[in-house]
Amino acid sequence: MSSYQEATARQRIAGMCDAGSFTEFLPPHLRVVSPHLHQLDAPVSFDDGVVVGSGTVNGRRVFIAAQEGGFMGGAVGEVHGAKLVGMLQRAVDERVEAVLLLLETGGVRLHEANAGLIAVSEVMRAVLDTRAAGIPVIALVGGSNGCFGGMGIVARCTNGVVMSEESRLAMSGPEVIETAGGVEEFDARDRALVWRVTGGKHRFLTGDAQAVVADDIDAFRDAALQLADAARTEGTPLTLEALEAEQRMLTSRLQRFGELEDPLEIWEGLGVERPQDVPLLEIDAFRELAERHREGAKP
Amino acid sequence: MNWQDVAKALFPQGHRITEQDNFLSGEAQVGGQTVTVIGTTDHTPIGVDIALAQATVILNTVREHPGRAIVILVDTQGQRLKRRDEMLGINSYMAHLGKCVELARRSGHRIVGLVYDQALSGGFITSGLIADACYALPDATIRVMGLPAMARITKVPLERLEELAQDNPVFAPGAENYLRMGGVAAIWRENLAACMEQALAQAEPVDRRAELGLERGGRKLARPVAVAVRTGTALQRDA
Repeated sequence: MSSYQEATARQRIAGMCDAGSFTEFLPPHLRVVSPHLHQLDAPVSFDDGVVVGSGTVNGRRVFIAAQEGGFMGGAVGEVHGAKLVGMLQRAVDERVEAVLLLLETGGVRLHEANAGLIAVSEVMRAVLDTRAAGIPVIALVGGSNGCFGGMGIVARCTNGVVMSEESRLAMSGPEVIETAGGVEEFDARDRALVWRVTGGKHRFLTGDAQAVVADDIDAFRDAALQLADAARTEGTPLTLEALEAEQRMLTSRLQRFGELEDPLEIWEGLGVERPQDVPLLEIDAFRELAERHREGAKP
Repeated sequence: MNWQDVAKALFPQGHRITEQDNFLSGEAQVGGQTVTVIGTTDHTPIGVDIALAQATVILNTVREHPGRAIVILVDTQGQRLKRRDEMLGINSYMAHLGKCVELARRSGHRIVGLVYDQALSGGFITSGLIADACYALPDATIRVMGLPAMARITKVPLERLEELAQDNPVFAPGAENYLRMGGVAAIWRENLAACMEQALAQAEPVDRRAELGLERGGRKLARPVAVAVRTGTALQRDA
């Protein structure tokens, strides 16, 4: 076991790729840094918080991007976003077998506010362009900063999301919601509540994550390749049929669970007999239980 | 700004847009063609319900009116900040809306966004920013978040941010700055109906915002960095 959560972006890539196979695009020695941070006297990073490049995984040629949560929480600025866009476009040019997005991010980098927002939008469109060209794009969410903001939307524009149970996927962070609506709205310090609302088990049960794995780089890699294979078999582009099915799932979720207060009630609504046990279940036991109850599961 | 006044100016040939709980939907006439209109009003936050309602109209348009153009009228304070929306997976509802617009684009529908009042953050990514091209009225407010909140999170003094916002397109709210960065294609100052007709005629499915940002000097690195990564060549800073 090699913890995915504790690894840096570069360690995650090294752990995913076949030894020595990774080549970085626009590597840090070229020192392409943010043009905006110096105005705020904020430190820059020579990779602007994201590593992008090409490698083989189990012998198959893929492109990989990994956001570094240790630099500004993995947030997306102008250069960071453009590296992701360029890599996604190159994936289409070079017809790689899959693109793996190792997302760990708070979303738009506020230090580059407007430029960051447009960048996230460009990444979203580039992901959809890549899918349209027949290349599977898979999101992996397992870093301690989670995946938030506009990048939480981008994750759900991919062909599939792999999460660990410890990781979090959402839009607005609990602190932001607590600041706006008070502690009664969302108590950001209630870690158990935060994990019930945003964590991997909840997202897997409700159909927003397509795989949930232990906090292990190998487990992430295997699940991501499986999702990429499934996407290639089913077809990677958006289709009316698939979006109609997603709309039915989201409509049903809203109708069945829209009045509920806590994910425990949703899990109960999905038929889980002892929802209070879910947070404690080991990953294998959880998956066995979830396969019987989760939404979006295919027969 | 009152959405009825905007709709009247945009669609003098007539429209049947209705509002329900700050969600706008309906049809309008542009240059003798019928277009689908969706949108929001009264700065309403985008929660799971509105995102799903907008997506439903888009999918219906793709199914029942192949090729019909789509207009997105934007006025929102951003995504709704509620635990309930997060529990239900608001990012998935917004992604669903974005994917429905993308399907429409790929199915031959032209899509034009117009920020007629306010656009913020997550509510903008899956509305104006997912259109083929996004336009704005001169007084539109477009931003990620207010400067006081930004100061709190970035730990940069508010005075410094206010100073930067004077002449730096990255920090200041407003349509003009998004224009310089390529996020807004143009600002409509008069004859909105003619602007809309022209925008629909010119709309194209390719994302050219980084090119525009470079041409206009508001985002000088986005395009060169993407090109350098894509082609494996050296960064052309003045390309």
